[in-house]
Amino acid sequence: MDIYLPIANLSVNALVIILLGGAVGMLSGMFGVGGGFLTTPLLIFYGIPPTVAAASASTQVTGASVSGVFAHMKRGGVDFQMGAVLVVGGMFGTAAGAAIFEILEALGQIDTVINILYVLMLGSIGGLMAKESLASVLAVRAGRPVPAAKRRHHPLVANLPMRWRFYRSGLYISPLAPLILGFITGIMTMLLGVGGGFIMVPAMLYLLGMGAQVVVGTSLFQILFVTMTATMMHSLTTKAVDIVLAVFLLIGSVIGAQIGARLAQRMRPENLRLLLAIIVLLVAIRMALGLGWRPDEIYTVQAL
Amino acid sequence: MRLIALLLLLMPIAASAQSVPKLVPDVSQRQIDIQSGFTGAELLLFGAIIYPRGVAPEGQIDVAVVLRGPTSPITLREKQKIAGIWINADSSDFRSVPAYYAIASSRPLDQIVDDKTAAIYELGLDKLQLSPSGEVDAKEQRRFSSGLVDLQRRGGLFREEAGSVEITDQVLYRARLNIPSSVPVGTYVAETLLIRDGRVIVADDKVEVRVRKTGFEQLITILARDYSLFYGTMAVLVSLLLGWFAGYIFQRF
Repeated sequence: MDIYLPIANLSVNALVIILLGGAVGMLSGMFGVGGGFLTTPLLIFYGIPPTVAAASASTQVTGASVSGVFAHMKRGGVDFQMGAVLVVGGMFGTAAGAAIFEILEALGQIDTVINILYVLMLGSIGGLMAKESLASVLAVRAGRPVPAAKRRHHPLVANLPMRWRFYRSGLYISPLAPLILGFITGIMTMLLGVGGGFIMVPAMLYLLGMGAQVVVGTSLFQILFVTMTATMMHSLTTKAVDIVLAVFLLIGSVIGAQIGARLAQRMRPENLRLLLAIIVLLVAIRMALGLGWRPDEIYTVQAL
Repeated sequence: MRLIALLLLLMPIAASAQSVPKLVPDVSQRQIDIQSGFTGAELLLFGAIIYPRGVAPEGQIDVAVVLRGPTSPITLREKQKIAGIWINADSSDFRSVPAYYAIASSRPLDQIVDDKTAAIYELGLDKLQLSPSGEVDAKEQRRFSSGLVDLQRRGGLFREEAGSVEITDQVLYRARLNIPSSVPVGTYVAETLLIRDGRVIVADDKVEVRVRKTGFEQLITILARDYSLFYGTMAVLVSLLLGWFAGYIFQRF
């Protein structure tokens, strides 16, 4: 079934887009991440212009995270105070991201920067996750107790001035730390079309030292609002949000997410994390190789 | 009154046209509508050649048809390998690049027209006048021009199809041109040229084809371009609703 994308200005196979959304949704259901980090590169591989891919992926992540936010809210898994600080930082981040986007596009370097950022981000996060989950998997195999992660915020965070109490997270830290974290993920959302869950979650755990019971819910809360802002920002600046593309991705991803969530219940969490780490690393390696390979197209056209 | 004035105006042309054949071109579709199922289109360009006194001349005649989209200025960027990675390193501006250009001819172009005529009428992908600006180095310009033509040719937006114009009894001609789904909107001009002994005897570029988005696709394009605040809000609401609705449905199972 072919469908014409009015903003991307080309015709795609709707089934491929739905399946792509489904595969990404399955991962997000299994691992609790938005999956934007896979959607954008996969759409680009499929031939969607990078800007349209990033913009529409952020719209899709909004839809993919709604039901998760509700679920976590119901069981008190969202620290609204922390979430609000993160969202404010994220909104400034998307605005900064929009400005960066415009500058890079004028210079013609947006694609390269997107690719390099992906490689750095996925490589480092994937590496960290692989190391941590491999240690747990091996510990479980050997019958030893899984080493508990030290829950303490980073010394850098502790040194920031002006402390607030975040009751739900069990923290007494400066709001500047989550504000900066939100700001950085906001830029990422705008440039890469990712929700940033897989940066937020480790950063919340290991940099801020938040309580594990509110980490995923609060990160989803932040992702929801920041991807909404990013969609608005793209609509106003790049005008690259393709709603038809986003809807087809969503149809696939909401179904995939449910299947993924059910699959996840049958797997051990440390194996799950190792699997995610491997997938993230594979995408990073593929993109790193892509930077060095001779591209299919040496020339690109940009309208003036 | 107006008709008479028009006839008077046409008189000298009609007189001189006695020795020159006349082209009566047409296309299968004056309008191409882009809708949700649009995967490209096939356009049939056809017509008749009316000879003075109704007699076809001795010798071979050739016909070329050109379909040309609206032109616009572009920047063409070129990737080079720098420090191990491929990045956009060089660029060149072109002031008039057709969004679409297809030429079909009854025989390979180099056999029916000489270089000079081809350049004058822009016949052939290597004869397009793209008006490069900025860089004046001729060698560099050629590299960029051929890069652009090659890119658009492989994307299906530039085409050169030799031998695809069929001529029947020296009078009727027809050619099919394919238009890919990524075709830009705008007014396209179909030009027909009658060629004999390497010279263009008569040319006609009065046939226009409009490519436009209709219905839902048009609505989305207009909203995204002109009502971006509303469009963004709509996109957010649609994704929120779809996401929430799906979660609600699946909770029931």
